[in-house]
Amino acid sequence: MTADPRAADRRTYLPLDPSLAPPGTRGFRDAGGIPADQWHADQNGETLVPTHCCFCGVQCGMYLRVDRGGKVFGVEPRNHDINRMRLCPKGINAYQQVNHPDRLTAPLMRRSRDEDFREVSWDEALDFTVSEITRIQQAHGNDAFGLLGGASLFSEKTYLVGKFARVALKSRHVDYNGRLCMVSAAGANKLAFGIDRAGNPFSDILLTDCLLIAGSNVGECFPVMTQYVWGARDRGASLIVIDPRETAIARTADIHVALKPGTDSAFFNAVLNVIIEEGLTDETYLAAHATGWAEVKATVAAYPPSRAAGICGVPAEQIVQVARAFARAPRAMAWHARGIEHHSQGVENCLSVINLCTATGHIGKPGAGYGTITGQGNGQGGREHGQKADLLPGGRSIMNEEHRRQICEIWGIEESELPPAGTSMMEMVWQMQRREIRGLIGICNNPFVSLPNYKVVKAGYDATEFHAQFDFFLSETAANAHVVFPVTTWAEDDGVMANAEARVVKHNKAQDPPPGVRTDTWVMCELAKRLGAGDKFAFADSREVFDELRIASAGTVNDYYGITYERLEETGGIVWPCPSTDHPGTPRLFEDGKTYHPDGKIHMQVVEWHPPMDPYDDEHPMALTTGRTVAHFLSGNQTRRLGALVEQTPRPWAEIHPSHGFRNGEPVRVVTRRGSEVFPALVTEAIRPDTVFIPYHWPVPTAANALTIDALDPRSKIPEYKVCACRIEHAEKIDEVPAPPVAPGHIAYPETQVSRTDPLPPTAPQGRGTSERS
Amino acid sequence: MMGRTIFIDPGRCIGCQACVSACRECDSHRGKSMIHLDYTDEGRSVASLPTVCMHCEDPVAPCAEVCPADAILVTADGVVQQADTTRCIGCANCVNACPFGVPKIDLQAKLQLKCNLCYDRTAYGLAPMCATVCPTGALFYGTLEELQAERPGVQVADSFVFGESEVRTGVAMVVPADRVQWPVPGGLPVVEINGKDVRR
Repeated sequence: MTADPRAADRRTYLPLDPSLAPPGTRGFRDAGGIPADQWHADQNGETLVPTHCCFCGVQCGMYLRVDRGGKVFGVEPRNHDINRMRLCPKGINAYQQVNHPDRLTAPLMRRSRDEDFREVSWDEALDFTVSEITRIQQAHGNDAFGLLGGASLFSEKTYLVGKFARVALKSRHVDYNGRLCMVSAAGANKLAFGIDRAGNPFSDILLTDCLLIAGSNVGECFPVMTQYVWGARDRGASLIVIDPRETAIARTADIHVALKPGTDSAFFNAVLNVIIEEGLTDETYLAAHATGWAEVKATVAAYPPSRAAGICGVPAEQIVQVARAFARAPRAMAWHARGIEHHSQGVENCLSVINLCTATGHIGKPGAGYGTITGQGNGQGGREHGQKADLLPGGRSIMNEEHRRQICEIWGIEESELPPAGTSMMEMVWQMQRREIRGLIGICNNPFVSLPNYKVVKAGYDATEFHAQFDFFLSETAANAHVVFPVTTWAEDDGVMANAEARVVKHNKAQDPPPGVRTDTWVMCELAKRLGAGDKFAFADSREVFDELRIASAGTVNDYYGITYERLEETGGIVWPCPSTDHPGTPRLFEDGKTYHPDGKIHMQVVEWHPPMDPYDDEHPMALTTGRTVAHFLSGNQTRRLGALVEQTPRPWAEIHPSHGFRNGEPVRVVTRRGSEVFPALVTEAIRPDTVFIPYHWPVPTAANALTIDALDPRSKIPEYKVCACRIEHAEKIDEVPAPPVAPGHIAYPETQVSRTDPLPPTAPQGRGTSERS
Repeated sequence: MMGRTIFIDPGRCIGCQACVSACRECDSHRGKSMIHLDYTDEGRSVASLPTVCMHCEDPVAPCAEVCPADAILVTADGVVQQADTTRCIGCANCVNACPFGVPKIDLQAKLQLKCNLCYDRTAYGLAPMCATVCPTGALFYGTLEELQAERPGVQVADSFVFGESEVRTGVAMVVPADRVQWPVPGGLPVVEINGKDVRR
């Protein structure tokens, strides 16, 4: 095509003057200028505080932009080993919650649920809480008061939650919302390997030849991990995705197995069956490094592809293809997430994947191994130091006498004072309903949205005589409480988290908390003081807690002793176990062929498939499965307040196959044995015809968890979120999505679009280009 | 061919909209995103595609060409800037002219807004915000050599044909290596205008 004669004029109209480039740059489009780290600091008098994202288990490095007044006002990507500048939309928008108008800035209190909240002094809120704890425990025993923590807390705080429950409250009832996350994988890893963590770092994904991703919507739930997946594919690795939906990752997979929810272990057993049939097992490895192989082999013989194909609703050929691709690859890896873990046989599903890796010898080598992808930022670290009902710091068992003695010595209490194991999060709610637990403190969790079977959860909480909640926004659960303590965000305190690789990373304080807000550590220590255990909780800051945590973990499998704040700042993260301050950490496990069992072997476990707990019948013929969207995090208490994320995904939907005859956007009623709700239909061929998908980040009346079943895995006690029986019907209209409850005196949603500056186009960038225009 | 620029690889896009959020964080148009995320086969697939300004080169960017106020300026290094606020009259001619559907009009301010390749960042040696954060590399900022070093065998195109018009762009797009053809078909061919078959 002939060039437009005006083009040349237009080009020369705007000469670029290189002398206008800032000092230190080599040219306007040259990438070799000022290092990213110094840019804002140099130009605008800002400071960039290195820290990590508060959300998922990838724990991307980021800088928080802090203005001259000491306030967080933006984010800048950080070239950290984990994410190499990458961020997902949640990470980019996370900073907006720090100075969000919905922040709670004074304790809220009411003496009964019939009253409205009123803002009170810290002393009044703390004293009332302690008087209620004392009243309930004197009347009904120490175990009548429970504590529920969270896996988004720093490890220092999760350590304090466990210690506070057992030493200050003297109650056995402590658990955490990581119970809803990766406990199935943790249980399986502990059974098979004697250690509860992923075997390989993310960077090993780049080295693998075959990547199997089971039950993980990596593109939406862990977007930054995708760069490792695509990196492996660039090298020619094959990709196998097991998921009932064609997710963004599944779309480009070499083999996408769209199996029916709740049939994972039958599928993996059949894959192992084919591997054995075709002589693709690594018998030398098995003989040297595994126990239980003969029993596993005998069990999977009953799962030929023809049988599994019927159970799973996938072609038998696919099972054979997966077996060949995984077993023949020189190096293969398996990563899984909630898709196979949120089941009444979640532990067994994970064990069936471990059996695959073990039988093919794909363990403990660069590019070969297994891992679970953590949903919550500190899902890994959150259970390592005693927040889980059955665990003491360092991953010690609360049932083990030697472990109990060790911890009592560190805590300075008698062993008789240390309570036994408690019950899991869902079981505690059942106990609340039965009035066995009459008082509860919740820290950093929102069970009204995140636990299954909402009616049971609501009834349990309503039955409590006293309920206090720590949070920085008034969550749906906090709105049910008697006392709400306003606490800090992740940007207002120091602390560590362990990501999905078990890499401990340090979060740094970027701003002072708003007036009236205290750290969770301070609140727990104040409550402990008022409960008469102040001498055991004399912590001034996170560092002091971390130093006690290090000592409490020394010598255990989860050894943090060699990890210090200084080392974390120097290295960008250390993977435990790290027993001494000159130890480099352990990014890859089992390189010496030894596991953490006394015999050093992998203990393979027999897995038999059984159907999901909610049976299908004529009334409920379809499978309901739940999951996340990329814009929202867990119960949505944080992300449903951030304008950009609300705009991206304003409401939930029911994803269904076109074969049901619905139009896109049409109201569709999803009915389970727990209730029914109406959602707009998202009609797509990317889901199985017998399956419905609903994202779970919203409260009633569009709460996926009002429909899901509170059946638990018998070992991990994780709820079966990923499958229950349902039917779909035409509906008249869609119920409105409720706005998050808002604290009194604060600006209401949705006018909280936060910290946006002048929406008009600024002139500065053009200024450099246009200065010589005329 | 192109120097340091954005390469769009739809095959890698996971539709997460990190680019959209990142674009909102740009200091030059904070609070508004200049990126479109399109679902190319909705109802059948989750395939998605981010669209940034393609910074058309030859002929001069259509948006700049039709601007009656001469508000859209092109820098010597080929960056098509967003409309100069002192000149823009908010007429939306640029919106109609752009074959990629990029410019937006802020109706309240009566001003045009579009991607300016993060001039505020690239001027300081940083990559544009969208390409910096993109978790998958669906938006890549660098030279063709850098892209090909990272992704062996990758093929790109920077010429697109719309009907009988061909547009060469400063931003390039990754195309399937086994189906490389230039120019790449862009959009639907124009067949009929005001009831008349314009192919004749």
